[in-house]
Amino acid sequence: MTDTLAHVAESTTQPHHTAGERRHTVRNVAVTVLRLVLCLVFGLPLLFMIISSFKPDIQIFSDLGSVKAFLPVGDLSFENYFGVFDRVPFAQFLLNSVIISVSTVVLGLIVNSMAAFALSRLQFRGQKVILGVILATLIVPFETMALPLLWWVNTLPFFDVNGFSQGWLDTYQVQIVPFIANAFSIYLFYQYFDSIPKELDEAATVDGAGWFRIYRSIVMPLAGPAVATVAILTFLPAWNQYLWPLMVVQSEELRPAMVGIDYFKQLNVSWGQIMAYASIITVPVLVLFVAFQRSFINSIASSGVKG
Amino acid sequence: MSSTTYKPPVTAQVAEKTLHKPKSAGRSPGTVALLMLLPAGVLMITFLIIPIGLTFVLAFTNARLISPEPAHFIGLDNFSRLFGNDTFWKSLRNTVIFAVVIVPFQSALALGLALLVNVKMRGVNFFRTVYFLPVVTSMVVVSMLWLFLYQPNGLINAVLAKFGIQGPDWLGNPSTALFAIIVMSAWQAVGFHMVIWLSGLQTIPGELYEAASLDGASPVQQFLHVTWPGLRQTFIFILITITIAAFSLFTQINIMTQGGPLDSTSTVVFQAVRTGFAQQQTGYAAAISLVFFVIVLAVSLLQRYLTREKEAGR
Repeated sequence: MTDTLAHVAESTTQPHHTAGERRHTVRNVAVTVLRLVLCLVFGLPLLFMIISSFKPDIQIFSDLGSVKAFLPVGDLSFENYFGVFDRVPFAQFLLNSVIISVSTVVLGLIVNSMAAFALSRLQFRGQKVILGVILATLIVPFETMALPLLWWVNTLPFFDVNGFSQGWLDTYQVQIVPFIANAFSIYLFYQYFDSIPKELDEAATVDGAGWFRIYRSIVMPLAGPAVATVAILTFLPAWNQYLWPLMVVQSEELRPAMVGIDYFKQLNVSWGQIMAYASIITVPVLVLFVAFQRSFINSIASSGVKG
Repeated sequence: MSSTTYKPPVTAQVAEKTLHKPKSAGRSPGTVALLMLLPAGVLMITFLIIPIGLTFVLAFTNARLISPEPAHFIGLDNFSRLFGNDTFWKSLRNTVIFAVVIVPFQSALALGLALLVNVKMRGVNFFRTVYFLPVVTSMVVVSMLWLFLYQPNGLINAVLAKFGIQGPDWLGNPSTALFAIIVMSAWQAVGFHMVIWLSGLQTIPGELYEAASLDGASPVQQFLHVTWPGLRQTFIFILITITIAAFSLFTQINIMTQGGPLDSTSTVVFQAVRTGFAQQQTGYAAAISLVFFVIVLAVSLLQRYLTREKEAGR
């Protein structure tokens, strides 16, 4: 906020105006005011959510008519937060969300970068065709195949320590495995790998390194920005996922936090408690975003590249 | 913020020219490539290609999600049932209205925001960050939050009351519910497209603006003759992504209105989930998905075609 204020001060105190410059300054001030108003539009609802999570419902409603709705004043407590943990197994929900999104990100980084490595740095027949097919799938929104996929995963077999079973519904893997391989992640890695000099491969080959070695010890260590981008673009949808877990998860022990809030609300909890629940699952992501803002925004910007 | 994420190292172009294929590194490149593509390939075939194919098959069967009896073909029954169903037509209409309103609204708003923050000045990152905050907030959370803001006695009506306006029951009234959801959805997603516009804007060389302002072009003229022509690729991408997202509308509906009141906010995906999941009629839901798939494909191709025509005629 200090940055902003500094700017307002700066743009209003330019000395010695000509008429043209003065008009320019007036416009600058107007534009800055517009920017600030938009900050309120985008920021205030989220601020309201966080502030309200500390207030009892009576106060949330009585504060609505004034600026107090956005200020941490009055009867503040962690009551609502205790309520969240009391009414539902919230710690379990959070743990599930972490397990699911972290596994998806880690496995996705490995699987997609390997595929991209093969497509970008190895020469074999059908390379172009495979890349074309992968890019073509980008246009299909998940929602179009969600229901056929639901039917399909219900018929799939699975092997684990307990032996053979049929149907993936109500498991961790059904929330993770379908989202590991991702056409867009492959594309992002492919693009980045293409920019890493291929001379490096050659040098490594002369030294007797195999392709897996080149992938692991040369290309991947140089691909930091691509790894960050893919990690962010995988994490966000995995953490925020709603439609899929809504359909495939029945038991509370496997339910992620996003779907949990829906069930939570149906327990006739107070608004303050809903805001507390919403804040816990949102604030960590917002903090991560502000901390790694540059990577986040660059990741999103890179998703425009494919246009 | 740097303008391009993937600025290739300078040496890349040089390397391209002097490229020799690495000599044998143990196994042949073909075998290695196969091994490396295998995990992604198996996963994509299993969870993407097969389900897409299944959409086309299941739509013509009476498959149920959980059923002791095997599914069999029933021809076009699902489609005739679908096209005779009022709720489906209402849902399709709502989805189209949602898309037709939100696509221009959101893309223009995003461009406006991008222009506002596409300046070199102190503190501009602060604005970008704030405008982007809703994007990193889950749609589930946003829906819960706005469910409260839209209450008859919620925040929005409290603010309106300050100005002496009696706000409606936004989500409880069939004539305002869809509109309310449009505004909220644009609020959540517009920061995303602001960033895409911004990366498009930053690919336009600064010299063009300098030349234009030397020629005495006004800001509006600069926008029309320098900025806009440079944004064609970005524009197509934004149109297509907003359109697809608009047709996929589900989360907000499921949390805020359940399609009501009087089906005024029901959507195609909402109906697909209701029939395919809640009622377990996979075949019928696959038919809805297929219609949805064809629409998305057609709209994307049409937009690509139209924007290309405009470019040619310029």
